[in-house]
Amino acid sequence: MNALVLSAIFGVVMMFSGAFLKRIASVKIIGIVCMALLLISNCMEMRGIKLFHFDVSAFMVFDSYALFFNTVAIFATLIFLLLGNTEISKVGNYSAEYYALIFFITAGIILTTSFTSLLTLFLGIEIISIPLYILTGADKKNLKSNEAALKYFLLGSFSTGIMLLGIALIYGSQGTFSIEKMNFTTHLKSNFQIAGMMFLLLSMAFKASVAPMHFWTPDIYDGAPTVFTSFMATIVKVAVFVGFVRLFQGAFGTLDKTWTLWISILIVVTLFIGNITAVFQQSVKRMLAYSSISQAGFMLFAVLINSDAAREGLLIYSIAYSLATIGAFAVLAKMTDYSFEGFNGLAKHQPVLAFTATICLLSLAGIPLTAGFLAKFYMLKAAIATGQYLWLVIFAVIMAAVSAYYYFRVIQAMYFKDGPTNSVQATGLEKLMLIVICILIVIIGMFPNEFLSKLYF
Amino acid sequence: MIALLLILIPLLSGILTFFIKKESSARTWSLLSAIATFIVAILGFTMFNSIANLSFKASWMGVLNSSFSIGADGMGAMLCMLTALSYPLIFLSTWTTQYNNAKNFLGLMLLSQAGLMGVFLAKDALLFYFFWELALIPVYFICSQWGGERRIKIIFKFFVYTFIGSLLMLVGILYVYSKSNSFDIEAFYKAGSALSVKEQMWAFWLFFLAFAVKMPIFPFHSWQPDTYQQSPTAGTMVLSGIMVKMGVMGLLRWLLPLFPIGSYIWGDTVSTLAVIGIIYASLIAFQQDDMKRLVAYSSIAHVGLMCVAVFAETKTAFDGLLFQMFAHGINILGMWIVVEIIERKFGTSKMSQLGGIAKKAPILTILFYIIALANIALPLTNAFVGEFLMFSGIVSSKITQYGLAFMVAAGSGVILGAAYTLRMAGKVFLGETNALTEKGTDIALHEIVILGIIAVTIIVSGIYPQHLLESFNDITQSILKNSDVLPLLKKH
Repeated sequence: MNALVLSAIFGVVMMFSGAFLKRIASVKIIGIVCMALLLISNCMEMRGIKLFHFDVSAFMVFDSYALFFNTVAIFATLIFLLLGNTEISKVGNYSAEYYALIFFITAGIILTTSFTSLLTLFLGIEIISIPLYILTGADKKNLKSNEAALKYFLLGSFSTGIMLLGIALIYGSQGTFSIEKMNFTTHLKSNFQIAGMMFLLLSMAFKASVAPMHFWTPDIYDGAPTVFTSFMATIVKVAVFVGFVRLFQGAFGTLDKTWTLWISILIVVTLFIGNITAVFQQSVKRMLAYSSISQAGFMLFAVLINSDAAREGLLIYSIAYSLATIGAFAVLAKMTDYSFEGFNGLAKHQPVLAFTATICLLSLAGIPLTAGFLAKFYMLKAAIATGQYLWLVIFAVIMAAVSAYYYFRVIQAMYFKDGPTNSVQATGLEKLMLIVICILIVIIGMFPNEFLSKLYF
Repeated sequence: MIALLLILIPLLSGILTFFIKKESSARTWSLLSAIATFIVAILGFTMFNSIANLSFKASWMGVLNSSFSIGADGMGAMLCMLTALSYPLIFLSTWTTQYNNAKNFLGLMLLSQAGLMGVFLAKDALLFYFFWELALIPVYFICSQWGGERRIKIIFKFFVYTFIGSLLMLVGILYVYSKSNSFDIEAFYKAGSALSVKEQMWAFWLFFLAFAVKMPIFPFHSWQPDTYQQSPTAGTMVLSGIMVKMGVMGLLRWLLPLFPIGSYIWGDTVSTLAVIGIIYASLIAFQQDDMKRLVAYSSIAHVGLMCVAVFAETKTAFDGLLFQMFAHGINILGMWIVVEIIERKFGTSKMSQLGGIAKKAPILTILFYIIALANIALPLTNAFVGEFLMFSGIVSSKITQYGLAFMVAAGSGVILGAAYTLRMAGKVFLGETNALTEKGTDIALHEIVILGIIAVTIIVSGIYPQHLLESFNDITQSILKNSDVLPLLKKH
């Protein structure tokens, strides 16, 4: 609750700061300070200190799972702002508005992760999506950015429509929006329920860029300004996943016989399409877009498996994946040439950038001692513990091995190939933040105990 | 504490090496660190070999029931000793080899040493998996950065092979963990051997593939000759001398006791593959002109024999196997050092372009012949002891009905081995000198010392193997006890 109210307020504050403050630097500082305050307020709520007392129990519940995830999301956003603030101000002249939109998205994320009513879920998803359409088109003079924004808007509103249809059908059969009051067992599988559930499945899969609803992802990730791509590919995406898990295990948990098969098919298709297509990409940015699809395949395990281990796995996955992808995109944003050749010889003239990118990519590939390994490990452990998805796990690890191919292509380019010593510049703060990200990745990977024990509240 | 030191010294000094600016001080530093590890290993395994000294346990991932648990049994001690002995020799023998950014090279080498030590000492499945990968990553970087022309693709092929193998092993580990709910090795043995016959039959392959790729066993060997050829020699030494033993050790510690029935059922299949590999590799070795490729193929043949001995499951075979793991590590290290010296002196490792080196470099020739004779397991050398014990163990095996057939087939591989090794020795060292070898000189003092140490080790352990063999007593007994299949078969 703290963070929800504050993020909306801060969003408005940021909008006005653009009108009153002339210097971009002060906008930046206000934005970062506000985000830090948001983090603190959310941590306060985890400790039981509530700043606002509204009765919203009919719409949302701030349980420890949601609060912990919100902390992760806000923390990742803070890191993102610290790392990307120069890039954000390079996108266009409306820095204050960009920050405002990011705060609104944060509010949407909090709604999505803690909903108990389908209406709240809809609101959350919409509040996330609409600012994202704008951010995608933020680079107004770039044709690709405009195209991406329009595409995203049209497809996104279409999927929202499908989602509303699903919610309406569910409401029609149940007479309630609250996922806690839904009772699917009394009405034997009526067609309304199943159809509504499938529509919701489709639209959530679209928002989480799960294949075969993934076709928008590469174009839009490619077209959007790189710094915003990294935001929507990480924090937004994992938030949608948390909502996904809540929806299917909370509301439709009793119907699991009908949807687990579909989800496992989605996992196979997502892993396969994401990984195999990523192998053939020539641009690192598009490769990372497809890699985000393939990582979504792993995150889907949390939807499939109804156990504490899987839900914990999603939390670890969210932090590991967000950190590593933000780091990788931050290095990418510095490059002038986004193709694999553009990375040639980066280790020679920018050793810090190359090293940090390597750690991030190793984490994405799931090499031990990084957070990414632990995340995949948790997902696979949860899947094996159920005893019935072994075939899926073996398929997933083979696909993880495929993913090593394209992540290592970047590492090979940076370290083993010679390239022009072109002028890739990075400020001291950015380098420092990249190093901090790497340290976090390695520490979570090596000493997960501290992090994991927080999960057992 | 000793066990912990064996991992920590190379790990910390390796990380420090990245920050040493001057090349010569980085070299000295890494050599000193390797020697320090060696001294700790010697002291640990001779004077202070109490169990308290050789094992260490600390809490690590409590929520997963995994702990940082390491300990040196007879096999672990021998392999750590091999690692500790190899690294100073590797550093010394490549002392004058030029590397760009030598500090990174040396740092990565030390990190790989830490990983290897961890693999050999780990007594916890998750920890074992961590070290298994930790050993691979530095070697991948070493070989891709400082290797030959076609290195990037070839080393990556190696990486993908082993990565797929180890990921499948991870699935296997997780499967056993879902039954045992603890990663501790004893709990693993209990849960693994309690699996049903059907489960053991496929879980066996999840683990075996990881080890088979590392060793390598036919038909998973296709990465190996290219990788050995394209890697920098120091990388090849680590790969062939020590990393190969990771696979063999994996079979003994993480496969046989874990899935006794699975190993029993698949044993003959695997042994057949290994025997095919022995003969196939020996025949190909005959055709090679490049010394590096010849040594690479001969390594496949030697490892194949070790694999047959693993699945014979007799005490004699295990004794011989463990002894041979040490012997093979030393011998192949010696072979690579000689190849490296020749390549550095004459700029080629092609046999057809060399010849008559004996006239110019008599000391090198004598030392090489000792190593070559050990490679073909002549009596009085270390490999003879190992191979003889393995053969007699294979024949007397009660686990397999085809012991005699395996022995005959593997024995023919040994004979072929003698033939191609001597052919190489003759072509390179004997005969008339040519334009290339005309200006050859004998080896320098530090090279004499290195090869001398290797030759002395070969002969001493060949003449007096008793001490080393005795140290394997406990571990072979315990492997045999844990992997004893007969009572289990009755139960199922």
